[in-house]
Amino acid sequence: MSLAIPARDWFKPPVGAEKLWIGLALLWCFVMSLMMPYWHFRGKQNSRGEAYAVKPTAFLERSEKFAAANKVGTDAAGNIIAEPAPGGDAYLLARMWSWTPILKLRQGETYRIHLSSLDLQHGFSLQPLNMNFQVLPGYDHVLTLTPTSKGEFTIVCNEFCGIGHDKMFGKIIVE
Amino acid sequence: MSSTLAIPLPAPMPVRPEVGARKCATTGLNVCLTAEKFIKLTAVSAVVFLLLGGIAAILLALTRWQAVHLLPVDWFYRILTFHGLNMLIFWILFFEVAVLYFTCTTPLNARLFSAKVAWAGFIQMIVGAVMVDYIILAGKADVLMTSYLPLVAHPLFYLGIILVATGTLTGVFNFFATLYVAKRDRTYEGSLPLVTYGATAAAIIAVVTLLHGAIVMIPTFTYAMGWTAQPDPMWYRMIWWGLGHQSQQVNVAAMVAIWYLIGNLTTGAKPLNETVCRAAFVLYILFINLASAHHLLVDPAVGSAWKIWNTSYAMYLAVLASMIHGFTVPASVEFAMREKGYTKGLFGWVTHLPWRNPAFSGALLSLLIFGFIGGITGVTLGTQQINIIAHNTLRITGHFHATVVGGTSLAFMALTYYVIPLIFRRNFIWRSAARAQPWMFGGGILLVSLGMSFAGSMGVPRRIYDIDHSGAFGPAAHLMLGVMGIGAILAAAGLFLFCILCVGTLLFGEKTGNRAMADWGVAQALAGSREGSLADDHWAVKGTIALTAVFLASFAVYYFANWKALADVWPVR
Repeated sequence: MSLAIPARDWFKPPVGAEKLWIGLALLWCFVMSLMMPYWHFRGKQNSRGEAYAVKPTAFLERSEKFAAANKVGTDAAGNIIAEPAPGGDAYLLARMWSWTPILKLRQGETYRIHLSSLDLQHGFSLQPLNMNFQVLPGYDHVLTLTPTSKGEFTIVCNEFCGIGHDKMFGKIIVE
Repeated sequence: MSSTLAIPLPAPMPVRPEVGARKCATTGLNVCLTAEKFIKLTAVSAVVFLLLGGIAAILLALTRWQAVHLLPVDWFYRILTFHGLNMLIFWILFFEVAVLYFTCTTPLNARLFSAKVAWAGFIQMIVGAVMVDYIILAGKADVLMTSYLPLVAHPLFYLGIILVATGTLTGVFNFFATLYVAKRDRTYEGSLPLVTYGATAAAIIAVVTLLHGAIVMIPTFTYAMGWTAQPDPMWYRMIWWGLGHQSQQVNVAAMVAIWYLIGNLTTGAKPLNETVCRAAFVLYILFINLASAHHLLVDPAVGSAWKIWNTSYAMYLAVLASMIHGFTVPASVEFAMREKGYTKGLFGWVTHLPWRNPAFSGALLSLLIFGFIGGITGVTLGTQQINIIAHNTLRITGHFHATVVGGTSLAFMALTYYVIPLIFRRNFIWRSAARAQPWMFGGGILLVSLGMSFAGSMGVPRRIYDIDHSGAFGPAAHLMLGVMGIGAILAAAGLFLFCILCVGTLLFGEKTGNRAMADWGVAQALAGSREGSLADDHWAVKGTIALTAVFLASFAVYYFANWKALADVWPVR
């Protein structure tokens, strides 16, 4: 009885239906535990957390240098569109409240996308695909990404970063 | 046997008048008067914070429901900060201290270790909580509950949280000291009752949790004061979630203990096997402590091996513990009902459960919402790779509103339907409304959770004022935010009704004096039935077997559907 002192002989192994359930639940936990290492080796979507220490100002410099060297145009609002070489590195800078530059990628090619922040924490959320990664100041977070669908994708920020958080957007164009 | 409770309790030892206890007219148990005073104080404070958090909740839901969009942007984030702290920290911690003070005294026939220590804990908690609420509403801490560095709030924000944590630790110390003295003075013979055992598990996890809080909040406070350098934001995330996630495991342990208690009070349920239930609580203590990883699964600088190991902590043995309780609680209720003579078919016993008892219906809804929605989504979202399609979306919020609100808060509300008559010794006013309250609140939260989860599956972020500027979200996402909004109105109505019932009862409820509390309705035994008649039938709980089979199937479908959804997004390493 839950509220009362149990009888002296309460220590007993499980039997019957209870024993079966414990076995099934343990088996299911085992399956779920194995799924992650399986996907790590055989699956295509993994978050390895590859990252390097970087000073925010140094990352700003790298991203500006990248945008200038790979500029292929500007959008209607004058934002730089940069196209990295297939297999190459691209830099995406998060700050209050923008993602720069706009990236132009090719379908089926693989890129190393460097994400970092100049100020607060931000959330890289690629829509409508719904892929999400955390962006921190001081950490150069590298995603090795292969776009497999064409179109214009919006990057929204999904980590609170002050009053303009809901107006912080970026863009990835895949051709 | 009393007609108001479904259990015959053993006659307690005689009370010595000098030790400050009274004999409960309903249960016959001895109630320590000092513990009773602090249970009243902390429970009333808890309900006040619940009310504040509830007012914030409805404002937030009516803002995120884009068709209404109530608050201005600065107040949205301010009220969001306020809601998180009042609900997740203050309401829960105050109520948990009340639960601890009850479980270490009355079931053990013991007296609370020290009134002075209890005062010291309570004053720290209340001063800290008021400080935090004031600073938030003054607009000096718009940092949300997590206050992720480099965001920085007014130093009193951190100091307030530290005080709430140390105050709670002081209360936990009082709990352990009471257990020790009770054992030493032999106020009871044998092992701890299961509810006290579960509360002890919660208290042990609370110590580990609150130490994480101290480790992360103290250097952040000194940084906010300008005395020390800024702690690393990644380090902050890792340690903060040692506080933020594990504190939810305190709730889980307390909630499960309450399920056992209410099952016992309303249907006379006893665990089929005490060893199994107790071992499951031990699994919580041993394997829950690395849950901080769930929040870092798409973070930089923590590698795959770390993420995979720490999110499943030793083959998900903590999940196993919840799955065991998810079987043993309904199984114990079913077993008790079958022994009362309701043996027809798989579910013949279900219609004879005490549905009109709000404690029972609240605990049952708590178990179903926690298990089917909260548990299944939680384990799936906490899978390392699947987190890529879930992190920081409303799916996360949908998950924890099913665990902490539909699960823990509803269980705490359910217990209150016994706490007020037994501890405050007043019968509830407006009993017909009380019988409906768990259904309103539980139903509302279910809609909130589903609305959030589906909107999140479409990528809608959590913690954001407006989703229309981006143009990324279509009418389906807006429909789901509407479902969330309607659910929130229903849940908030249930919450306000709960507060009205509690406050109204404390002011106007009929005093019971030395009489038993008014009966909410408990499961009645059929003539000719006999307790112990099924003692040797280990497969008697056929309804529970069917229920848990459905649960496992739902779990597997949801889990693998999410792997499929993950396989459809761009390859990423």
